[in-house]
Amino acid sequence: MFGLTALELARIQFGFTISAHIIFPATTIGLASYLAVLEGLWLWKKDTTYRDLYHFWSHIFAVNFAMGVVSGIVMAYQFGTNWSHYSAFAGTITGPLLSYEVLTAFFLEAGFLGVMLFGWNKVGPGLHFVATIMVAIGTLISATWILASNSWMQTPQGFEILNGRVVPIDWLKVIFNPSFPYRLAHMTVAAYLAVALFVGASGAWHLLKRRDTPAVRTMLSMAMWMVLIVTPVQIAIGDQHGLVDLKYQPAKIAAVEGHWENKPGESLPLILFGWPDMAAETTRYALQVPHLGSIVLTHSWTDQIRGLKDFNPEDRPNSTIVFWTFRVMVGLGFLMLLLGVWGAWARWHNRLYQSKIFLRFAVLMGPTGLIAILAGWLTTEIGRQPWVVYGVMRTKDAVSNHSALELSITLIVFIVMYVAVFGTGIRYMLALVAKGPQPQGEHPPEPEGQGGRPARPLSAVPDRIDPAIDLRGGTRR
Amino acid sequence: MGIDLPVIWAVIIGFGLMMYVVMDGFDLGIGILFPFIRDRGDRDTMVNTVAPVWDGNETWLVLGGATLMGVFPLAYSVLLSALYIPIFFMLAGLIWRGVAFEFRFKADEAHRPFWDKAFAWGSYIATFSQGVVLGAFINGFKVTGVSYDGGSFDWLSPFSLFTGVGLIVAYALLGCTWLIMKTEGELQHRLKALAPPVTLVLVATIVIVSVWTPLTHPSIATRWFSFPNIIIFSPVPVLVVVTTWVMMRVLRNETHASPFLLALLLLFLGYTGLAISLWPNIIPPAISIREAAGPPESMGFTLVGALFVIPFILAYTAMSYYVFRGKVRAGEGYH
Ligand code: HDD
Ligand code: HEM
Ligand code: HEM
Repeated sequence: MFGLTALELARIQFGFTISAHIIFPATTIGLASYLAVLEGLWLWKKDTTYRDLYHFWSHIFAVNFAMGVVSGIVMAYQFGTNWSHYSAFAGTITGPLLSYEVLTAFFLEAGFLGVMLFGWNKVGPGLHFVATIMVAIGTLISATWILASNSWMQTPQGFEILNGRVVPIDWLKVIFNPSFPYRLAHMTVAAYLAVALFVGASGAWHLLKRRDTPAVRTMLSMAMWMVLIVTPVQIAIGDQHGLVDLKYQPAKIAAVEGHWENKPGESLPLILFGWPDMAAETTRYALQVPHLGSIVLTHSWTDQIRGLKDFNPEDRPNSTIVFWTFRVMVGLGFLMLLLGVWGAWARWHNRLYQSKIFLRFAVLMGPTGLIAILAGWLTTEIGRQPWVVYGVMRTKDAVSNHSALELSITLIVFIVMYVAVFGTGIRYMLALVAKGPQPQGEHPPEPEGQGGRPARPLSAVPDRIDPAIDLRGGTRR
Repeated sequence: MGIDLPVIWAVIIGFGLMMYVVMDGFDLGIGILFPFIRDRGDRDTMVNTVAPVWDGNETWLVLGGATLMGVFPLAYSVLLSALYIPIFFMLAGLIWRGVAFEFRFKADEAHRPFWDKAFAWGSYIATFSQGVVLGAFINGFKVTGVSYDGGSFDWLSPFSLFTGVGLIVAYALLGCTWLIMKTEGELQHRLKALAPPVTLVLVATIVIVSVWTPLTHPSIATRWFSFPNIIIFSPVPVLVVVTTWVMMRVLRNETHASPFLLALLLLFLGYTGLAISLWPNIIPPAISIREAAGPPESMGFTLVGALFVIPFILAYTAMSYYVFRGKVRAGEGYH
């Protein structure tokens, strides 16, 4: 297809399916913690606004969780179907870590998700709160396992190679590999930010539609506090993450910076924009700030980093792509910072719920957390190339021997199916968001009939899929 | 002698696979029966019988995939790459079906037929692909060194297509007898009429596979027909005959659980027969569980988590079935 090789198609296929997947778990992680906070506030302050918000977002959580599980099923098989040589070689490490992820996810479902989604009228408030907290912790543990597995591929250690395959000799070293703490922190905070932005955007949207209720105000207000406080933290973690990369994956950083070679004694500029040209070995149209590269990357005035020309052409990741995906992530990060500060300023002037232009900006920023997450992962994964396990196994040696034709067909079917299935799911979630939080009594209505199964989270949601979603905000059902 | 990790894991994974086949089997069977039961209300009742329990099934599937990679990486890599296309279609079918299952409850009248179709098609595609996988598995794989060395379409053979259809019949019987157990009245009556022919077709399928396999695989023939194996294993075919006979009788008047239990027994016998034919190979025809096993470091590490969580999964599953036991009547149940 389009003259792509089998290797490229296998990579695109994996990238596509994991990208579709990651959106849901990231939202799961963020929403679970947000729900725990809401419930805590309700128990503490006895303000029904928090309780109504809890019910509102728990429905969206339920749909999102279901989508996460469905898209995860595919991931458990993709390693074998698309990367069979990788699996034979390093399945000994990825497999156990992945098993733990799945076991954790399941444990969560069987144990606490049911109570959280269906137990409001059945168990006491204290126990229900515990269940919500356990679900939130569970999502974090799940993320820990899978990120350990991914980080090990980035910065492998704690293993030896026997008879052509990886044998783990020290699981603690495998799990706590050098890039893991940073990746875990960065990803978790990213999930929190993404959900804060989304919640804030829905609050702002309802306000713009003149649905000024206490619940809507609370949504926006909490989200803006979160964005204000957490964005700087995220930027700081990202900076540290970059320093770790510089130490362990210098070629990735060189590619991210579009930096080809050092001139003796000269400090490193920061290229804001440009077009890294892999063939010509230069970054065209570079718009750069002198010294800033040295400051950001080496925290000094003049120190240098290795340029792409220090690596053999076959060891260089594609700079054109990662240069831009990285800038999308960082650019959005600074826009989030702007949003947070603007929100604080508007709040200070008592205009947080009135300023139309601010509210519009908040709506626009709604999806940017998820976009930044995708951009960040694309940077991470494409920047790791040409290695699957950095410095140990090359991607071209990892791929299964499928033909380009086979992979093209399956890729097309995946795309069509995902658009239909997850498109419907996402539309459904947006419809729920558009409906807005509703005041519900002490005992919210139970889903009818035999619903109420934790592994069927959708049964927690009473609403239909189809009724016209009026995103222009006209009627309210 | 320490603990024998490859054997423990082979048993766990074999058990998980059987749990999957049994439990997903009958609810896939419900999708397979959709074309035969056209009434909207009946279809709702059918789906309602599994609504509270179908969820656990996919757990075994995902767990199977992940643990197989961890403990038998060679099997994971060879089997999945050799079976790429049928596995791909199996996943596609399961996704369609799983999502359609939920969405048909949430859709309005106009969209329901669409999700109904998706549900039935998904069930057929997933089941057929699983059957093809089974057939291809029995046929074996071409392996050189540590990797699959055959073509993209080696899985495609008359035998695997036959097992694909065979599995549709098997799941249809499971679904049909499950529904006999869970429904009553007119719908149950219709299903009872459907069950005997399905049983006979299934038994014919089992017979054909049992003849076809040893004919094409001398090693399997030796396994079964040498002395004393022929005596030790003879209960398996004998039990198949007895079970079928009891089933045909029971279907005349029984309206409760026994047809379903007998169908499970039939399936279990087929599974046992298969295990006898292939043991101890995990990648037929020549790679044993020991050769495909990962290092003890990986097997042991994963075992800790599995032994901790699998009891929970079983307890949870048992509880679901217990809570939602009994007949499902038209118009009641999950919406
Ligand atoms: C940062 C978090 C994160 C990341 C990067 C991934 N996942 Fe995930 N995954 C989760 C966080 C998560 C989760 C939040 O824990 C989910 C969502 C719903 C659930 O039950 O767990 C989940 C579900 C989930 C499931 C379904 C489990 C079930 O049956 O409930 C599978 C099989 C996978 N994932 C596999 C993968 C693979 C193979 C990945 C990468 C290659 C991956 N996930 C990336
Ligand atoms: C945390 C779990 C993850 C693991 C274990 C993982 C592992 C892998 C593996 C094995 C490959 C194939 C080999 C390769 O091409 O390098 C890959 C490629 C890829 N992954 Fe990930 N990945 C993870 C998360 C993600 C996420 C969340 C994204 C989301 C955007 C992503 C995007 C990609 C892309 C785009 C590729 C193809 C890159 C290329 O080949 O140039 N990955 N990853
Ligand atoms: C603005 C400052 C930021 C900096 C300096 C920064 C830095 C980085 C770096 C260097 C990486 C690559 C890590 C690797 O190659 O292994 C990365 C990855 C990533 N970034 Fe950022 N980032 C920033 C903002 C953000 C924001 C705002 C989000 C999302 C809300 C985000 C989400 C991610 C994700 C999900 C990844 C991939 C996972 C990982 O490797 O940790 N980043 N970031």
